[in-house]
Amino acid sequence: MSAHSRWEAVIGLEIHAQLATKSKIFSGAATTFGAEPNAQACAVDLGLPGVLPVLNAEAVHMAALFGLAIDAEVALESTFDRKNYFYPDLPKGYQISQLAQPIVNGGQVVITLGEGETAEQKTVRVTRAHLEEDAGKSLHEDFAGMTGIDLNRAGTPLIEIVSEPDMSSAAEAVAYARKVHAIVQYLGICDGNMQEGSFRVDANVSVRPKGQTSLGTRTEVKNVNSFRFLERAILFEIERQIELIEDGGTVQQQTRLYDPDKDETRMMRTKEAADDYRYFPDPDLLPVVIEPATLAIWRDSLPELPDAKARRYQSEYGLTPYDAAVLTSSKETAVYFEQTLGALADRLPDQVADAKLCANWVTGAIAAQLNKTGLAIGDSPVTASSLAQLLVRIVDNTLSNKLAREVFEAMWAGEGEADAIIDARGLKQITDSSAIEALVDAILAKNPDKVAEYRSGKDKLFGFFVGQAMKAAGGKANPQQLNEILQARLGPPGDQA
Amino acid sequence: MSLNSTQLKHVAHLSRIAVDEAQIPAMLQDLNAILAFAEQLQDPRLDHLAPMAHPLDQTQPLRPDVVTEVNDRGRLQAGAPAVEQGLFLVPQVIES
Amino acid sequence: MSLYKQSLAELRAGLDTREFSARELTEAFLARMGTHDGVLNSFISRTPEAALLAADQADVRIAAGENAPLLGIPYAHKDIFCTQGVRTTCGSKMLGEWVAPYDATVHQRLNAAGAVMLGKTNMDEFAMGSSNENSAFGAVRNPWDHTAVPGGSSGGSAAAVAARLVPWATGTDTGGSIRQPAAYCGVTGIKPTYGRVSRYGMIAYASSLDQGGVLAASAADCAIGLQVIAGHDPRDSTSAAQPVPDYSAYLNQPLAGVRIGVPRQWFTAGLDATVAARIEDALRVFEQQGAIRVDIDLPDAELALAAYYLIAPAEASSNLSRFDGVRFGYRCAEPRDLMDLYERSRSEGFGAEVKRRILIGTYALSAGYYDAFYGRAQRARRQVAENFAAAFAQCDVIAGPVAPTVAFDLGAHASDPATMYLEDIYTIPVNLAGLPGMSIPVGFSGLRPVGMQLIGAPFTEARLLATAHQYQQQTDWHLRVPAAYEEGSL
Repeated sequence: MSAHSRWEAVIGLEIHAQLATKSKIFSGAATTFGAEPNAQACAVDLGLPGVLPVLNAEAVHMAALFGLAIDAEVALESTFDRKNYFYPDLPKGYQISQLAQPIVNGGQVVITLGEGETAEQKTVRVTRAHLEEDAGKSLHEDFAGMTGIDLNRAGTPLIEIVSEPDMSSAAEAVAYARKVHAIVQYLGICDGNMQEGSFRVDANVSVRPKGQTSLGTRTEVKNVNSFRFLERAILFEIERQIELIEDGGTVQQQTRLYDPDKDETRMMRTKEAADDYRYFPDPDLLPVVIEPATLAIWRDSLPELPDAKARRYQSEYGLTPYDAAVLTSSKETAVYFEQTLGALADRLPDQVADAKLCANWVTGAIAAQLNKTGLAIGDSPVTASSLAQLLVRIVDNTLSNKLAREVFEAMWAGEGEADAIIDARGLKQITDSSAIEALVDAILAKNPDKVAEYRSGKDKLFGFFVGQAMKAAGGKANPQQLNEILQARLGPPGDQA
Repeated sequence: MSLNSTQLKHVAHLSRIAVDEAQIPAMLQDLNAILAFAEQLQDPRLDHLAPMAHPLDQTQPLRPDVVTEVNDRGRLQAGAPAVEQGLFLVPQVIES
Repeated sequence: MSLYKQSLAELRAGLDTREFSARELTEAFLARMGTHDGVLNSFISRTPEAALLAADQADVRIAAGENAPLLGIPYAHKDIFCTQGVRTTCGSKMLGEWVAPYDATVHQRLNAAGAVMLGKTNMDEFAMGSSNENSAFGAVRNPWDHTAVPGGSSGGSAAAVAARLVPWATGTDTGGSIRQPAAYCGVTGIKPTYGRVSRYGMIAYASSLDQGGVLAASAADCAIGLQVIAGHDPRDSTSAAQPVPDYSAYLNQPLAGVRIGVPRQWFTAGLDATVAARIEDALRVFEQQGAIRVDIDLPDAELALAAYYLIAPAEASSNLSRFDGVRFGYRCAEPRDLMDLYERSRSEGFGAEVKRRILIGTYALSAGYYDAFYGRAQRARRQVAENFAAAFAQCDVIAGPVAPTVAFDLGAHASDPATMYLEDIYTIPVNLAGLPGMSIPVGFSGLRPVGMQLIGAPFTEARLLATAHQYQQQTDWHLRVPAAYEEGSL
């Protein structure tokens, strides 16, 4: 927003996370993704006449865990309300949700922006999080002017997490969304699969002149199913609103959809004042009560969460704040890192496992390949155990870092485990001093004039000798030893005229 | 507390019930006669009472997280007005 | 005695001693249904083949020595209970062809008990009404006087029992829909405490007020029916956890010392003089048996009426949103678009009274009106509950009228629905407070029966039934059958 320094953006996010229960929030039908249409929509999910909802205990548990994880107040008594509206994917003509007394109130999420010395932390406040049921799905193609309704998803438990409008840039919004995504995964309450719709983010975006305290009119941006699209959608919307206002227009309160192909948002429907949901307490459900003793047990059961884990990585392993943040940014990454480190420790029991080495490889080589291939770390063809074995060979000097990279590429391509590749390609590092000395002597003997030039002051030629020696060694000479031996043989540059 | 014609049309729209112009006067009369009862609710005694959503003094029972329902699609869709390939069909919904 | 006049206990004895078989019994009642229901129109669906099958199965169980109270005995279900494989219409065109794909819990229990369902009875559409004139399947006649309504919404069940087309029937009561038709038809009916009977599969009108119950000739018979259908159901979150006592075992508790509270405010100018007189007669019978009459205060009947006619429509407006022509039920022909599908399916599928209540309910919940209407009504509800609690500090059972008049003429309220609502003034408060209530026949006004209401504190059905039973030991109103429905020996 540097070109628009007289404007600031105000962003709030509403996140719908599907809870990873086996059965639905109000019925005993299954929640697994991808079933045949309506094969997992029982009488209760279909809203047939006479059916009634009964609450899934695990949904309450999972929602409470989320509240505890963000230091919110978990309501010991909460109630359900009906949100009434007509839509074909909403079978009862109302959604069971929580308005008046949600299960989670308040809370906060800390985000980190930037890296290294310029990294900043910001606290984003959470207004509330509540339980509700998901709707079904509409399929618009293939039915000759008709829409097909699949109610398998109807009744899947959701927590809707509402933030305060504390974010002021697309980057902040994405950082918050990623953090919440990590938290729900760490807790094991949501698989976070954005492609399958188990983690959905809607952004409320408005702009105002810098310094103004009152809020501008906001629009709601929906249908973003990746963090990248979230960022692009918010950026587009901020620009659109600024341009609109600067051209003399006014922002209309609307719902907009993000179109990733055109990289723009467009109006979905006008948010009429007549969107009257007629909320009232659901008379088929009674107040949900959580015993304080139960909540205490749940609090004690919380796993190590991203921020705590990142702090521990820094204090216990000496990792940088940036690396710690990257490694803890998703549960899968942290698990991968810890497994690699654990395997390394097991295989080299006489020394302290090199956490920084593991960190470098996970945030470096692994991350690069994942970015290139679009895979999630859980689907990496190089498992934590395999990576650990490669690192063993670096630590024990079998491989130089450079050769290790070559072996890694081969491992990623499916050629096998590190040791097998090292053997097959004969990549074992030369660490025998006399062998290296022999190599160096041969190179120096072949290039007497260059030796003379070096000794008379052309110190840049050192690289030439390193290159030649390494080439003669087939790339396998231990670089440190090679350096030491070359220096010894050549003597300091410019000393002998 | 009585309803006028505009409000009636709005409420009818919210309820997805069609009311044609000819019916409106009679409907308004009927509805307003019923709403007249609501005058009773102005009683100031009610200001200090908590709303009662339920006569039962119980809390919500919880169900264990177990799958108990099997695919019964054939039977549950048997009476449906329009079904194809397992999907309920409605006139196309335009979203934008 | 003719089969159709026997009590459930007598029918049980007859079956168990093989005086007659379940099949013979069923055939006898089916024959009566065939003879008489053309006039009464108390049934929407008749299920003779299934009934005979069930009767045969019951005969096998009886032969094997089983003697469960309802085994092999016919009954009728109000057409509000889902019965798998059998049309369940709720008295509406919206469900006019709908075959339920599952059983209500109440129906499962009755099946397990071996009861024999003869059919589904007529009712006011979606339980909204007090005369059974709001049914898409035609009005029901009062067996005592064919120009009168049977009451509603359980009009079909009340008429069928009064005419002894079945010995007993299920009903539901949201604002009086068991008690008032029971009174109009001169039969005994019980609406238990809210939560006593499972609502799973009982198509919802107003969820916090609806309760399933029983209509039969006597309290003793009601006790038997209630015993089978009552009890906790894990599929209904609002189902009461309280254990179910043995109602029949308590029937003979004497009335001596029982304090009968009579609400002063209910005996005003609005109450028909003959109805008042019959109730006074009944109260004297109670006193003769040792009960103590206590005059109590039970104010705020108008407040209760106002609260009910906002709460019930509000809940109904939401409960009936699922009737949209998408997944089941009536769909209009050739819908142009989604809005047309909704509007026409619902406008064509619902009758006038249902539409009125949906509109009122939607209005009461709408933005800007919630606090003034629905919110306020829920506070009034608490006032009503507190009034009853105060009353029960002074008495054990409350007794009074069921309705301000006896059955009115068919068509009498057609032009003014609001006046119909005043009929419920004595029954509505009981639903708001979630209390158990009964209606017992106590005499006549001309041809038309008079009923008396008995109301108890929560979960005191046993006491109510016993109170009614003691009265019925001393009187015979409950044994009367309209002359047109008497017959030679069966």
